[in-house]
Amino acid sequence: MSEQGLVLEFPLQGANFESAGEASSKIKRVLQQIGVRADIIRRVAIGSYEAEMNVIIHAYRGVIKAAIYPDRTEIAVEDEGPGIADIQLAMREGYSTAPDYIREMGFGAGMGLPNMTRCSDEFDIQSTVGVGTNIRMIFQHS
Amino acid sequence: MPEYFHSVKLTPERCKGCVNCTKRCPTEAIRIREGKAKITEHRCIDCGECIRRCTNHAKTAVTDSLDDLGNFQYNIALPAPTLYAQFSSDISIDVILGGLLTLGFDEVYEVAQGAEIVSAATREYLKKADVKKPAISSACPAVVRLIQVKFPELIDHLIPIEAPVEVAARLVRASRSAALQIPPEKIGVWFLTPCPAKMTAVKQPLGADKSNISGAIAISQIYGELLKAISTVPRDSRHRRATAEGVGWALSGGETRAVAAVNAMVVDEIHNVSEILEQVALGKLNKVDYIECLACSGGCIGGPLAVENRFVAEHRMKQRLEKIRAEDDRRGAVSQAGNPDPEVLTYDRRAIVPRPIMRLDEDIFKAMHKVEIMEQTLKKLPGLDCGSCGSPNCRALAEDIVQGTAAETDCLFKLRERVRDLAQEMVDLAKKLPPPLEKDDDDK
Repeated sequence: MSEQGLVLEFPLQGANFESAGEASSKIKRVLQQIGVRADIIRRVAIGSYEAEMNVIIHAYRGVIKAAIYPDRTEIAVEDEGPGIADIQLAMREGYSTAPDYIREMGFGAGMGLPNMTRCSDEFDIQSTVGVGTNIRMIFQHS
Repeated sequence: MPEYFHSVKLTPERCKGCVNCTKRCPTEAIRIREGKAKITEHRCIDCGECIRRCTNHAKTAVTDSLDDLGNFQYNIALPAPTLYAQFSSDISIDVILGGLLTLGFDEVYEVAQGAEIVSAATREYLKKADVKKPAISSACPAVVRLIQVKFPELIDHLIPIEAPVEVAARLVRASRSAALQIPPEKIGVWFLTPCPAKMTAVKQPLGADKSNISGAIAISQIYGELLKAISTVPRDSRHRRATAEGVGWALSGGETRAVAAVNAMVVDEIHNVSEILEQVALGKLNKVDYIECLACSGGCIGGPLAVENRFVAEHRMKQRLEKIRAEDDRRGAVSQAGNPDPEVLTYDRRAIVPRPIMRLDEDIFKAMHKVEIMEQTLKKLPGLDCGSCGSPNCRALAEDIVQGTAAETDCLFKLRERVRDLAQEMVDLAKKLPPPLEKDDDDK
């Protein structure tokens, strides 16, 4: 068995709400095509959607990569943006630095990072203020 | 019976092989092959979009007819409330129901009464603490099937209560059988329906082993005869029992109103429903309590087997509802919803199972390989989504190619490219001369 997985990569543009969610839907479709269990697909979709939205809401630009293997899916999101000063604080439910106009649109409820941790099997976040944030999530397929 | 029964069928003689239906189908179940539309059975959800779309009337719904009443000792008509919207609100529901009694039915029982019972049960269900939010109404069978094939992860959001017509059929069959001393199987229970998906639900019930409905007759099929019959019915007939609450289910939003759901959304038309379910799947609507999803624009009155234009029907229905609300106040009529049928909630309903259609192969390694080939193939296709190949769009053609049911040259543009390349090759070959005839330019 080769460890060669399917790699999907999508560029993300900050503040581009028009195509928000497209990357996660494409990842979701591929997982459906290869026959991953529905409840796992749902977790991957929610996790990647939250990560995708974070880039669109907070960062200037970024990229979302999905590496799909028979037994797992790895999602990596890297952005160039303001970074997060206090990750522990940002991980708290309801904590958000999203400006009012974003909240008015129904985003920025402070559930993004907590949701990502909750639906993934492994979650890792690295951030440098003024540089950007990298998120990695692993979802086991069984 | 084959694995999947479908009420939506093709009349091949009428099909011209145009690609309109393929592009409208919400599950991409249709392909044009050998000049005719072919429905992929396991993808079809019987929503009837293709029936609506086909200008040649090649798509129809299999339906029972009034002749089938002869096979039963006692026949009960179960008119969907949409039936009432086919007529001007000056013709009372009592008269419409009276008309049905002259067509060979011994009794009428309104599906709207079933809707009242389901409303009450749903109200109770929504109070429970462990309800998965948003709860999705399971009254529209096309929506339930859409969830089975495209959103299997949302099955546990579906409200586990039977559709109004099933409740109505079960109650009326049992009560009449007992009262008239006729064996239940000798009673014909006939659903008069605007909906091919409900037609299918009769033959292949969702979440039950056997339907209590004997058959379904399209409203469009009995409309003519009923129209004639109505003129003979005395205006002062009294047959209506359902209140505005149940009758209102025919309109989009009627269900939400009857259920008295506050934090609720109403979504109609199958493509809109698909988009909203996509959002539910992403967890974006977790704070909504209840979503009424209906496959047809405007609700059941927009059903493909109804006769009247959906907007006209909506207008008539709204007028009618106002009238019966006033009348009910005078009559002191009470909705069935006041006393919920305990059986509805506890009824042993078979679980609704996923029927995923997206998977490319049983073997995950092969499926992954197919995804890769598909993506490469897609890049080579023109991306015009013209549908001339017989698949609804380029992506679907790429999928068909990888599954071996289509070839790249089915694409007119790819074919043209191949012809051009071949022609170029012929021109190049024609320019070549056998060595004895080849002359050096210097000799000229």
